[in-house]
Amino acid sequence: MLRVVLIKELAITRGERTLFSRLDLTLRAGEAAVLMGRNGAGKTSLLRAVAGLLRPAEGTIAFESETGPIEADTARAEHLHLLGHQDGLKSSRTAWEELRFQTLWTGGTEDNARAAAKRFDLNRLLDLEVRRLSAGQRRRLALARLAASPRALWLLDEPMAPLDAGQRAAFGQVMAEHLAGGGMILASVHDPLPIPTRSVPIGMEGAGR
Amino acid sequence: MKGFGILLRRELALAWGKGGGPLLALTFYACVVVLLPMASGRAPERLAAIAPGIAWLALALAALLSLERLFERDYEDGTLDLLALGPAPLEAVAVAKCLAQWLATGAPLALAAPIAALMLGADLKVMPLLVLCALAGGLAFAFLGGLGAALALGSKRGGLLVAVIVLPLFAPPVIFGAGALDGYSAGLPWTGGLLLLLAYCVGAIALSPLAMGAACRNALD
Repeated sequence: MLRVVLIKELAITRGERTLFSRLDLTLRAGEAAVLMGRNGAGKTSLLRAVAGLLRPAEGTIAFESETGPIEADTARAEHLHLLGHQDGLKSSRTAWEELRFQTLWTGGTEDNARAAAKRFDLNRLLDLEVRRLSAGQRRRLALARLAASPRALWLLDEPMAPLDAGQRAAFGQVMAEHLAGGGMILASVHDPLPIPTRSVPIGMEGAGR
Repeated sequence: MKGFGILLRRELALAWGKGGGPLLALTFYACVVVLLPMASGRAPERLAAIAPGIAWLALALAALLSLERLFERDYEDGTLDLLALGPAPLEAVAVAKCLAQWLATGAPLALAAPIAALMLGADLKVMPLLVLCALAGGLAFAFLGGLGAALALGSKRGGLLVAVIVLPLFAPPVIFGAGALDGYSAGLPWTGGLLLLLAYCVGAIALSPLAMGAACRNALD
């Protein structure tokens, strides 16, 4: 299992603009870190870089398990979840079809998917087409796949935004359990997460205020 | 391959999806096949001569339909991120998508092609060859279409761009297939055209996934 994420001297540029540089961050099993920074500071870009979707201009991102380093491609194919601004759900498919596919695709089983649906209070919604779900319900459906397929590192981009207070608390519980089980969370948020976290400032110092 | 079957089943379900899929492609195909003779003249002997060609060209046009949704929708709604983090590399994801596209539209169209050719008065003996050309050509169209769709990712007015990228790539298989059909009807050598068509199809299947994977990665970056 993935135990450590090592980010060293990371710099990310978009076009001509350098979002941030010389970022160091080490995340170990059981730890959660939240990325703090103004809009456009590069929080989303950092998450996408860790997920391997975006190539950093400089620096390295390394993954380690108990037994030694894990290849970046393996880590990305088996050990991490990325949940971006978009939920990645097809509006013409039913909630269950989407949850089942996402769970199987990321390495879980159908039983995992059922348990996660129950956990996220989705059972009543499973037969509905995704287009009929509210934004909060869609987000819960997307979050359910995190719990359904066991991957150690969760990269979350504003995961709480569409959720109501009760659901936020419930998801806080899920995150706490994930951390207790040796998981890791790297999240970008505006409101604090309902779990103990470490803050990581993102962005060029004093730039573009 | 791990995950490939799961993805293929999902892509098939999406491609067959409500209202679209084979029915839409078949309707479009029927429209083109009906329109072309109206433009070229109605004399039966003339129609019979060009019937296989019409049935064949209309296939290429019908293959352009719904190419846009192949990658663009996944890119817009965030599904492509998820697909990039699965057990199969993006190249395999692209293969699953193109294969599903072919199964949902190309294969049904290949079965409709002889019916269209018959209606236009083509000789019955050319039908097996037409189906064979349509099946192989449809596969090439699906993979080349996927290539165009992946390259056009993220651009506005993607639909038109896909057609402009893809149609020149469709020219060789259209020529090879038409050559085989023409030669066969006229009693001339025809195997050369068919072999070239098959070779082009194999080349497209072998090479286009590499380009599609790279194009998707580039779009996600």
